[in-house]
Amino acid sequence: AGEGSGPAPGDGTGPPAPERVLFPPTFSVSEIKNKQRRHFMFLRWKQQQRKEKLALKKKRRKEREALGDKAPPKAIPKTIENQRVYDETTVDPNDEEVAFDEATDEFAPYFNRQTVPKILITTSDRPRGRTVRFCEQLATVIPNSHVYYRRGLALKRIIPQCIARDFTDLIVINEDRKIPNGLVLSHLPDGPTAHFRMSSVRLRKEIKRKGKEPTEHVPEVILNNFTTRLGHSIGRMFAALFPHDPQFIGRQVATFHNQRDYIFFRFHRYIFKSEKKVGIQELGPRFTLKLRSLQKGTFDSKYGEYEWIHKRREMDTSRRKFHL
Amino acid sequence: SPQVVWSMLGNRQFCSYKMTTKTQNFCRNEYNLTGLCNRSSCPLANSQYATVREEKGRCYLYMKTIERAAFPRRLWERVLLSKNYEKALEEIDENLIYWPRFIRHKCKQRFTKITQYLIRIRKLTLKRQRKLVPLRRKIERRENRREEKALIAAQLDNAIEKELLERLKQDTYGDIYNFPIHAFDKALQQQDEESESESDAEREEDDEDEDVDKREFVEAEDSELSDFEDMDKLETSSEEEQEEEEEVEEKASHSKSKGKMPLKGPARRKRPHIEIEYEEETEPSTKTRAT
Repeated sequence: AGEGSGPAPGDGTGPPAPERVLFPPTFSVSEIKNKQRRHFMFLRWKQQQRKEKLALKKKRRKEREALGDKAPPKAIPKTIENQRVYDETTVDPNDEEVAFDEATDEFAPYFNRQTVPKILITTSDRPRGRTVRFCEQLATVIPNSHVYYRRGLALKRIIPQCIARDFTDLIVINEDRKIPNGLVLSHLPDGPTAHFRMSSVRLRKEIKRKGKEPTEHVPEVILNNFTTRLGHSIGRMFAALFPHDPQFIGRQVATFHNQRDYIFFRFHRYIFKSEKKVGIQELGPRFTLKLRSLQKGTFDSKYGEYEWIHKRREMDTSRRKFHL
Repeated sequence: SPQVVWSMLGNRQFCSYKMTTKTQNFCRNEYNLTGLCNRSSCPLANSQYATVREEKGRCYLYMKTIERAAFPRRLWERVLLSKNYEKALEEIDENLIYWPRFIRHKCKQRFTKITQYLIRIRKLTLKRQRKLVPLRRKIERRENRREEKALIAAQLDNAIEKELLERLKQDTYGDIYNFPIHAFDKALQQQDEESESESDAEREEDDEDEDVDKREFVEAEDSELSDFEDMDKLETSSEEEQEEEEEVEEKASHSKSKGKMPLKGPARRKRPHIEIEYEEETEPSTKTRAT
């Protein structure tokens, strides 16, 4: 009923190409009650669409060739990064307010070179082998860091002791079912505490084509894509872990790359083959972090003042909106 | 009578409190003293029975006697035991005086076990409690997928390489690597060639000074173009380039004597100064040859 000049129904070998198909304007394929017939009509419709699309493409290409040099530039494909919802807290490099804030926040002493970072790495209770090894490797990556095992000690009580012994940062690696899955990074003299979810942890032996062990040289730090205010403060937290003057002789670089709210950590050794080419070789552990919460003071789960918490219901609604 | 009860429930017929496993039978009755399904520890099959149970941290002794068998509501008599361990044991003994040895012994054992675990509970609650947060499968899967896609979109290796090259261009590495200096030379010479005009020596020097002062800017702006062009020029040997090549080679010999990579900082640092002098000297010669 109302199909026009199509092939005979009940054609089981797939829909042949239609020559001229006329449909009444309010007809849609989904209105056919018979499933087989409906499927058939849908496939035919799909084929038609594909044909039209191909024809359009060909036409466009011909036009482009015909125009030659005067052709309009190719359209930029849409990516998630292109379509990202503009975040009003994006930092402008020339922003004075941001610069002023950064000059007076908790990392100012570090960036003014008044303090040297000294880091304490610890785990949750009873760490299993993988976590232990990961802690050790992390300690080789971050210079001036010490690993201590937490045998049932409360964090709130270690923190004053750490401050007394001049530690600037505390890293706690949380473990679940024998794999590390969380990271708490706390800047010590009353600094912000960031709680991350850690995933895809690869130890050194699991990395393919890896180089030798990281040496004792101070690595460089690369922080990519930290655009918003929040991202900026997290970036500074990471930067404050490493001593200020990288030793270029060591040719090591630690990268924190933020992409769509996931922070990828990599540790490489680089070598400049020429002016235009650089080779990098991955050594050292790698992991991904996702920020869960940022707290104003040091680690305090009950009475802390949260600067930012990831609220799933509100923040995960749009696929194009990122916070870091 | 209890024997009949036991012959029915215990062995032959069904008892809803009985749980069988491969090696043992357990009794799920809450008044059971040992937890096993036995003739002597079945609360249903014994008319005289006693247990110790704890409620909210306090231990009670429950007793059942044959006189009250007809009154289910009053069947179990409850006695609060003292918090003191020894005193409570004495109280058990007092209440179960003349009772079978088995029940007395088992009651005291059970009481001991209960107090031990109560102590442990109290100790643990003083320590930090581990909070178990349930994972949500859908969300975990979603996060993993998004992470993979973000990883692909990030193109980490390219990003890192680009950043390192940027830093090289902006001279953050100082004089460790020889590349920037080559580019600088070629850029300078390119500039000098381009300003082929009648230019006085002063103007040349001015240009040079400007180039020297704004060394970084010149290099950054022109480096890419000049590099490409110079790469081409290096391969083709034309008259104009011969001098550059010579100079380049001479300088290259300085650098290559030490091998390519990062070493000898002070030696490197002296080079710019040497270059400047060099060029001033050879300036007139290049000019004359060009003209």
